[in-house]
Amino acid sequence: MSPWLRVCPLDDIPRLGARVVHTEIGDIAVFRNAEDEVFALADRCPHRGGPLSQGIVFDRRVACPLHGRTIHLESGEAQAPDDGCTRKYRVRIEKGVVHLNLQS
Amino acid sequence: MRRMKLVAIGNGMAGIRTLEELLRVAPDLYEITVFGAEPHPNYNRILLSPVLAGEQRFEAIVLNDFRWYADHGITLHPGSKVTCVDRQARVVVSADGRQESYDRLLFATGSVPIRPPIPGTDLPGVLTFRDIADTQAMIEAAARHKDAVVIGGGLLGLEAANGLLARGMNVTVIHLAPWLMERQLDATAAALLQTSLEQRGLRFLLNTQAREIVADDAGRVGAVRLNDGAEVPAALVVLAVGIRPNDELARACGLHCERGIVVDDTMMTYDPRIYAVGECISHRGISYGLVAPLFEQAKVCANHLGHLGFARYTGSTVSTKLKVTGIDIFSAGHLGGDDGADEITLLDRGGAVYKKLVLKADRLIGSVLFGDTADSSWYSRLVKDETPIGELRGRLILGQPALGSSGHQGEQNAAALPDDFEVCGCNGVCKGTIVRAIKEKGLFTLDDVRKHTKASSSCGSCTGLVEQLLASVVGGAYQPRSASQTPVCECTDYTHEEVRRAIRDHELLSIPEALRFLEWRTPNGCATCRPALNYYLLCAWPGTYRDDPQSRLVNERAHANIQRDGTYSVVPRIYGGVTTPAQLRQIAEVAEKYAVPTVKITGGQRIDLLGVRKEDLPRVWADLGMPSGFAYGKSVRTVKTCVGSEWCRFGVQDSTRMGIELEQGLDRVWTPHKVKLGVSGCPRNCAESTIKDVGVVGVDSGWEIYVGGNGGTKAEVAQFLAKVALPAEAMEYTGAFLQLYREEARYLDRTSHWIHRVGLDYVKRRIVADAEGRKALYARLTEAQRDVPDPWALRVARRDPEFETISARDRYPSERNRNESMAESLPAR
Repeated sequence: MSPWLRVCPLDDIPRLGARVVHTEIGDIAVFRNAEDEVFALADRCPHRGGPLSQGIVFDRRVACPLHGRTIHLESGEAQAPDDGCTRKYRVRIEKGVVHLNLQS
Repeated sequence: MRRMKLVAIGNGMAGIRTLEELLRVAPDLYEITVFGAEPHPNYNRILLSPVLAGEQRFEAIVLNDFRWYADHGITLHPGSKVTCVDRQARVVVSADGRQESYDRLLFATGSVPIRPPIPGTDLPGVLTFRDIADTQAMIEAAARHKDAVVIGGGLLGLEAANGLLARGMNVTVIHLAPWLMERQLDATAAALLQTSLEQRGLRFLLNTQAREIVADDAGRVGAVRLNDGAEVPAALVVLAVGIRPNDELARACGLHCERGIVVDDTMMTYDPRIYAVGECISHRGISYGLVAPLFEQAKVCANHLGHLGFARYTGSTVSTKLKVTGIDIFSAGHLGGDDGADEITLLDRGGAVYKKLVLKADRLIGSVLFGDTADSSWYSRLVKDETPIGELRGRLILGQPALGSSGHQGEQNAAALPDDFEVCGCNGVCKGTIVRAIKEKGLFTLDDVRKHTKASSSCGSCTGLVEQLLASVVGGAYQPRSASQTPVCECTDYTHEEVRRAIRDHELLSIPEALRFLEWRTPNGCATCRPALNYYLLCAWPGTYRDDPQSRLVNERAHANIQRDGTYSVVPRIYGGVTTPAQLRQIAEVAEKYAVPTVKITGGQRIDLLGVRKEDLPRVWADLGMPSGFAYGKSVRTVKTCVGSEWCRFGVQDSTRMGIELEQGLDRVWTPHKVKLGVSGCPRNCAESTIKDVGVVGVDSGWEIYVGGNGGTKAEVAQFLAKVALPAEAMEYTGAFLQLYREEARYLDRTSHWIHRVGLDYVKRRIVADAEGRKALYARLTEAQRDVPDPWALRVARRDPEFETISARDRYPSERNRNESMAESLPAR
């Protein structure tokens, strides 16, 4: 059984936006930036658990909608001088479809 | 391609700040070499006073450690003094025999202390107060000797005297002028300062000149002989009579110098390959000795070294703070006493509080504060921005709290607060934490403090206190940022006004277009500038600009207010607060059907359904069948009303009807920030109209309109705009006022902030005096509102993936991991 999970076509995620995937291990935010790079993070800001999927995406970062903490999409780490880290997951695009690997 | 070579002469705060700014705008343009005469990396020179006073360790004041230079590929030669610049060969040579060629050269050689022309200034034990070595020598002398004399009662002299006193010495300050700090203070403030310093144990000899520094038997300094022949014993003498730009090297290589290296508004010297910043320059005839202007120069210089080439340095208005713990003193701009200027003063000798404001032509041009510097940042900004004072005049001396502001708990003297005093109530940050961060992390600006401590980063009501703390730690190095020069965000150096103008003048029609045209430093902006740009475009091109949902904060994208647990709240429009049994029944049914956990009446007299899941929002809206109440947006929120003349026995006008009409007439329009209105049917003002962005009060003969009120973070009473006779006129004035605010305020300015900046007189001119302009503004508002559909109805009618989630619960076969709920991930408090 492959650990890769089909999420949705890339075009179903808005550019500079995200979609939420409900999984057995909690909500995961799948982001797409302006360059069509895709990233996946646990949908929980390390600060107060805010849903990062709802934040404004820019470059390779997202600003949490609750208190504005900025999180790096590729590492899940908060931008200095803030600290904290949210779990990241592997994603890949195959034939225009986004797949997610939950074995972080 | 070979990188150009940049050589910086000077490893101090101005030079290194320039390099930091340069790395930000053009990281790969230069190969950089720095020569520093001192053996240290760049350190925070302004914290030498607290180091001397024993309040701070040396190690903590380093701003850029040696690793920083290496990490950025910068070659540093510490302890290497440049002795010769050959401009023909473009080579610099140092005393220790190094040679370095350059394509661009940066002079940041700082200043040198002035030695008074009297015998004995070269004796052992005579020091200046300029760098780490001086400070160390003073600390060592204080440990071994008892008597010290400081020559010079200016800022630096007093800080030196205070530090030596703290280390147990008997200190006498000799000062030539009739009062202390005569360049920054008037006689009254200086007398109060002298009294409080005398109470600590300092001695002062004013109107006094040192004639000679006399040696003891061992050939060290033994005493200072005064003009009248008297002698003051001294085993340590600190010379603090002033500084002069260190332009010796520049003169030697033939650069044009006056009192300092002459630069133009781009920080370029008379040699186009050579730039200069900091205390060594003469800009429009002025040399600055404070950090804040140096940083402004650094930014401009980097802009040109980095080939952007558009920034200009036009000089600085500086303010002064004395860094003596527990003494709050502030001065900015003119000291008064000259023709044509008015002075407003407040003096409480017993309470040791003195305030003086100097005004000219309806502008604040200077202020001196002693003992209560709570409003120093505010006055500073008024001076800098040349804000019209107008209606503020009568309350100006009482400070901002008199304008109503919650948040600093009535504290006037941040320096005297205990360390465990909670400054920021939103983020629970205490004074001690803030002061430690400022000192140890080398913070200079409000933004720095916000980033590192989170204080003042939420609602902003404690900003004044935080600014006081900054000023009390770094002194004059903290200069409140002039509001007129604040860039939109870190992605750009352009201000809000410049961005708005460019959008209009160059017909920029989309965010990517604006970012490209304005040469943004980031590929797609950030969470600060994108919402602002989206609003500016929407306001500039009503009806044609396609709103970008990804550039809106989630509330405005989801048309509901996000709550702390990630659910949303739903507030339907109930115009004027008037509902019906049928409508209430409908709301009740929806609340039950979706198991809404909390139903609440809001502060604006509306009904709030709290705890709705995002995916349920479209169905909730459909079942309600009511328009959006915009309770989540930077838009007109609610119009609060009293029952008015229809029922109330005191009511003289139908305020409920007026409120309904206003709310309908202003519905669905985006504004720079939230807008709240109130309409009262008589002067008893039960709808609290006077703390609203627009407040309308019915009187027997018509309606009074008030603007710029605020009941929140900064309680502020609305100011009278106009009186009109008819409801239609009230509508037109209100609409025109809000359209002017829409077109000219900055994104996230409440009406009160905006009016403070432009002045109520300006608003009156545009709305009251200019009838034609008023009508045109109102027409533009109705135009902006035309054909805008109700956002809820739109999303009910059309599927929007924004509200859909993807479920993979049944598709994931592996072992179950821990499913941490959001509540568990909350940090322990």
